[in-house]
Amino acid sequence: MTRRGRHQATTAALFLAPFMIIYAVLMVYPLFKGVWISLHDWELAGGYREFIGFLNYEDLWYDDLFWRTVRNTLFFVVITAPTLTLVSLLLALAVYGEGRLRGVLRSIFFMSSVFSVTVVTLIWSMVLSPDRGLLVPLWNMAGMQPINFLGNATFAMPAIALATLWWGVGLPMALFLAALSQIPAEQYEAAELDHASRFTVLWRITLPSIRPTIVLVAVLQIVAQFQIFGQAHLMTQGGPANATRTMVQYVYQTGFRDWQVGYAAAIALALFVLMLGFSMLQLWLGRARDEA
Amino acid sequence: MSALQRPRKGRALDLVILGVTLVVAALWLLPMIWVVSMSLKPNEELMRSTSGLLPIPFTIENYTNLMRVSAVPLWLFHSVVVALSMTLMVLVVSSLAGYAFARLHFPFKRTLFVLTIAGLMVPEHAVLIPLFTMFADWGLHNSHTALVMPRVAVPIGVFLMTQFMRAIPRELEEAAELDHASHFTIFWRIMLPLSVPALTTLGLFTFIFAWNDFLWPLVSATRADMFTVTVGLASIQGNFAFSEGLGSVMASAVFASLPIVVLFLIFQRFIVAGVAMGAGK
Repeated sequence: MTRRGRHQATTAALFLAPFMIIYAVLMVYPLFKGVWISLHDWELAGGYREFIGFLNYEDLWYDDLFWRTVRNTLFFVVITAPTLTLVSLLLALAVYGEGRLRGVLRSIFFMSSVFSVTVVTLIWSMVLSPDRGLLVPLWNMAGMQPINFLGNATFAMPAIALATLWWGVGLPMALFLAALSQIPAEQYEAAELDHASRFTVLWRITLPSIRPTIVLVAVLQIVAQFQIFGQAHLMTQGGPANATRTMVQYVYQTGFRDWQVGYAAAIALALFVLMLGFSMLQLWLGRARDEA
Repeated sequence: MSALQRPRKGRALDLVILGVTLVVAALWLLPMIWVVSMSLKPNEELMRSTSGLLPIPFTIENYTNLMRVSAVPLWLFHSVVVALSMTLMVLVVSSLAGYAFARLHFPFKRTLFVLTIAGLMVPEHAVLIPLFTMFADWGLHNSHTALVMPRVAVPIGVFLMTQFMRAIPRELEEAAELDHASHFTIFWRIMLPLSVPALTTLGLFTFIFAWNDFLWPLVSATRADMFTVTVGLASIQGNFAFSEGLGSVMASAVFASLPIVVLFLIFQRFIVAGVAMGAGK
């Protein structure tokens, strides 16, 4: 290496050091330490720990509650990720363009996503409350007994999904708006010359042009919704009868309520692997279709 | 002629779409308005009925009580300290690393960059347990350090700064290089000022993230006098406050959201522009 090159490498090391050191200590190392912990019977209280190999994973395999949380989490992902993608796309198409009114509408739909999960759950627990909720007057008018959405095994998860939808459309909508603004105007002009209908323009020009963004949003949503914790933890505490217990919540409960951190680390890694699998599958599907 | 009819038909459709969108927007706002209105009603009134979107009878007692007797101002203080220091550190660390990746030549550059980007795939819960045991070993739980440090090295920040700095024309630095300016001078005098748009976006998103951070603060800050406002609000949900002092709970929620909503309303242009930047074409 030349003297100049060596000098630049030293400079680069100095520039990179703050990030790399923190990244290594608080991100890379914990990832491996998590694997290590998951191979132990490791209790938070009293510091009891014993190497047990893959026993935690074996227990996991026969743990009914674990599989229940897997099913609940998948169900949540299945009902939220497509809905969020579709609704944010429709909203983006509706509020895209010039004008003050559209600007205000964009702000309204984005605003709910700056709230914290605790504020969102507080709002929605109240809205859905059977005795003091926002819908109570409607029930009364219809002469019906209000449904306790969050206390009902069938409705609890969809209710949490509704709150999540309200909370989450902002970011994907902004991504779609950015993508819409990238479509060259010439494409629309050509369609206008052909007297193409609005629907044809949408189907033939707009949607194909933003296809990469649709895939991106879908992947981001799946990854994000797999990690659902706060809404279920705060709105239903996983109930009723574990109907809304999710995987991250099971990690939290096992680690910080039962203090079995070894087992909790194993659950966390199982979720990580599950999420990686789904993202890979989706990217692969997206690519396969591109090549076709 | 169809050329004449078409725009009219199009306009009718536009009006329908606009009408539907306005209704949806009203539904979107409804819960927020209702909560704000409840926070401005007396607790006794809310015991009787929570219906009505206007704060009648009106009171600001919930807010004055909040400032006087509750822990909310202290939680707010922790949130401000944590969010500001996290934002500052993310900006410093990311822009330094971004400059190295964008402009300097050094061995293993590609490998290090790929390693950084790979971190995007690691979800929070995968490192939650080990981080908890590490900070427990160091005796650092219930401190600002614990709340901030695990969130400082964010791959997306480095990615954003690298992309942005790469796109800055090199001519701007060449004059400085002729003057034998050091890399740090170039970084500080030329690159950073030119990166203000990216820094603004990254800063805003980090601040909002820090303010709303939940899982890690929930396990790390376990003492009520170390709660951030987000964790604090969780602690008053679901206990008796819900029935006894609904107005006070709602006032806390509104009060806790106020800084972030104001920030959003002032900077929303940058947020939307930032999403476009992050999507990275």
